[in-house]
Amino acid sequence: MDIHELRAEVRRVVNDPTLTYQQRRHRLAGLAEEALEYPPLSDAAREALDKRIVCDMFEGPAPYRPRYVLPDYERAVHQGSAFLELEAPRDLDEALAFLLMLYSQVPSITGYPVYVGDLDKVLAPFVNGVSDDDLYRKLRLLWLSLDRMFPDAFLHTDFGPDDSRVTRTILRLERELQQVVPNCTMKVDPDRTPDDLVLDGVRTVFACGQPHFVNHPMMVADHGEGYAAVSCYNSLKIGGGSHTLVRLNLKEVVLRHTGDLESFFGSTLPTYVELTAEVIEARVRHLVEEARFFEHSWLVHEGLVDLSRFSAMFGIFGLAEAVDLLMERDGREGTYGHSSEADALSYRLTQTVADLVAVRPMPYCDGGGGRCYLHSQSGIDSDVGVTAGTRIPVGAEPGLYEHLRTVAPHHRLFASGVSDVLSMDDTATRNPQAMVDIIRGALREGMRDVTFNLDSNEFVRVTGYLVRKSDLARAAEGTRHGSDQLAAGAEANTHMTQRAVKRVISQEMAATDPRRVGG
Amino acid sequence: MGSPLGLVADTIPFSCVDGPGNRFVVFLQGCNFDCRACHNPQTILLQSPHARTVTVEELVDEIRGPAPFLSGVTVSGGEATLQTPFLVELFAALKRDPDLGRLTTLVDTNGSAPPATWDTLAPVMDGAMVDLKCLDPARHLELTHAEVEPVLASIRHLAAIGRLHEVRLLVVPGVNDDPPLVERTAAWLHGVDPAMAVKVIGFRRHGARAAAQAWPEGTTADVEAVVAVLRAAGLSRLATV
Repeated sequence: MDIHELRAEVRRVVNDPTLTYQQRRHRLAGLAEEALEYPPLSDAAREALDKRIVCDMFEGPAPYRPRYVLPDYERAVHQGSAFLELEAPRDLDEALAFLLMLYSQVPSITGYPVYVGDLDKVLAPFVNGVSDDDLYRKLRLLWLSLDRMFPDAFLHTDFGPDDSRVTRTILRLERELQQVVPNCTMKVDPDRTPDDLVLDGVRTVFACGQPHFVNHPMMVADHGEGYAAVSCYNSLKIGGGSHTLVRLNLKEVVLRHTGDLESFFGSTLPTYVELTAEVIEARVRHLVEEARFFEHSWLVHEGLVDLSRFSAMFGIFGLAEAVDLLMERDGREGTYGHSSEADALSYRLTQTVADLVAVRPMPYCDGGGGRCYLHSQSGIDSDVGVTAGTRIPVGAEPGLYEHLRTVAPHHRLFASGVSDVLSMDDTATRNPQAMVDIIRGALREGMRDVTFNLDSNEFVRVTGYLVRKSDLARAAEGTRHGSDQLAAGAEANTHMTQRAVKRVISQEMAATDPRRVGG
Repeated sequence: MGSPLGLVADTIPFSCVDGPGNRFVVFLQGCNFDCRACHNPQTILLQSPHARTVTVEELVDEIRGPAPFLSGVTVSGGEATLQTPFLVELFAALKRDPDLGRLTTLVDTNGSAPPATWDTLAPVMDGAMVDLKCLDPARHLELTHAEVEPVLASIRHLAAIGRLHEVRLLVVPGVNDDPPLVERTAAWLHGVDPAMAVKVIGFRRHGARAAAQAWPEGTTADVEAVVAVLRAAGLSRLATV
């Protein structure tokens, strides 16, 4: 944008009555970055970016901090911090204060930390001898602080796979406080996580939409024990993270393809995968070589993150539309989620992208073995007419079993996260064990991430983060959480509040459900 | 002798209202009751153009796909015990399958079967959920066109052999929930087994036939009133729908 446009844009932000001071400042920083030129790209990559076939998530043209940073908080509380001039905490009060101070210094794309630690593990050294009541009161203050100091639903904590008092207290606080911050993930290991803990998690989802459930053994196989799910559905290495996230719009790739199915897989798709990789590489090089984050950050100096544990995320989205268009062009009937032929084509598509990404070297990505992490990207507020990641389109989801069966085979490919939001109706609350069965089954069948929502509660899961319906309604007037405004845009464009609600049941025997589309 | 065939009205892969956890439900065709409140009236006739004939193997294969997501299998109806030979073979096949053996096997029944049927099923059936429409013989006859005594005998016998999963009481306000009747029902159930699980279900018009459309639906308050009476009688394992 030229200087006049920039000035007009800056003026708009400065005068915007719906933004808080912090929100204005964050946007102004983004505009300053917009004034810089993009890292060098080929004409073809530039064009793909301009036409939004390849999308850089509006991260800005001059990345100066990694998109997602996962400091090793266990190490931090063990060693203290020279930068923060803090000794290692000696008790729970000191640990919680230490962490809050540390969080305020963690960079990310949102301006707020996207990861605040696996708190059950980080706090484990400090909770012995602390009564249940004290633990509850102290964690409650932490929870209030997180939501008020870092009002952003991408802030994320993890717990599990083992049970702990901290985890139980967090679940209780989640149910009681009804906050959208933090986003939560429970790590579930079929051999280690007790049913009773998963059940407590399910009851918490019924109350407030948290937590997500992830497949711990699958994550460990991909990342090692030191991983966490952060922001929404981004599984990355602790002590590392992701430099950037660039995503490829598979629908747009198909729209630009002329020719048969084989030339799509043999030529068009590989071309766009490479253009996406080119954009990623340019951004990674800028961050590491030009902005030199890893030379300057105190988190690096103190060993809380290390370049060797970073990679970059290669995202895809619009699989559903891509598959349906390819089926139509191929003269075949059937749509994704409703036809085994379409589903087979979808698996071929994601496998092909995975194979291409697996052979494309990427600099400064040792965390991923010198390759990008593949990611099924869950959408942003501006997406119109294109479905998030590898999801089945909103409103066209089949029955729950068919839904799970369709999406599960994709999950193993997406080491850095994949998501399918299952919308349940109220009858599910009467039998939480049924949801435990479904979660356990989904993990057994190779799903990496399991998220479900109760259709009737106050929360709606947007792309992966939560927003309160009442805040969504008020977003035009401004809200305390920056994520609410993204959510308002996403709702207007993607109608995620109209997800087909799962009736896990039918007391009656209606063989046909008017909400099912296709068959 | 060939394997028995089942006449199946429908199946659903996932249900959270037909027993504990997530369950595969088989609705068998044909019922010997004719309940006014029936929410699956199309399954009452012993034959139906919409029903299909299946072998045990076919049904087991159908269960195999969703099995990883399930706690178990519930056979409902219609009246499941009208096809007892098929039921026994189905449950036996599930129990001996290395992948499916962990699934619990339940029957959702009107309770009309004789004790011998339950004895036949007991080795392969984890439990039965028995509907008790009304303790009062005359009113039971009116509501179901069947006698209540076999139902009570089933409840007693299943409790005695450790196969009574729960008793289900349907609440139709003004029809079968007057306090003296509920008190007598509570006392009778408690007499059979004070540790018995009882589920109280409010009547819903959805799916029911014209004869029941004039009845009011059972509200939460109606259901809770019945629960309070059951609790006062000493029953403690109470649930509502």
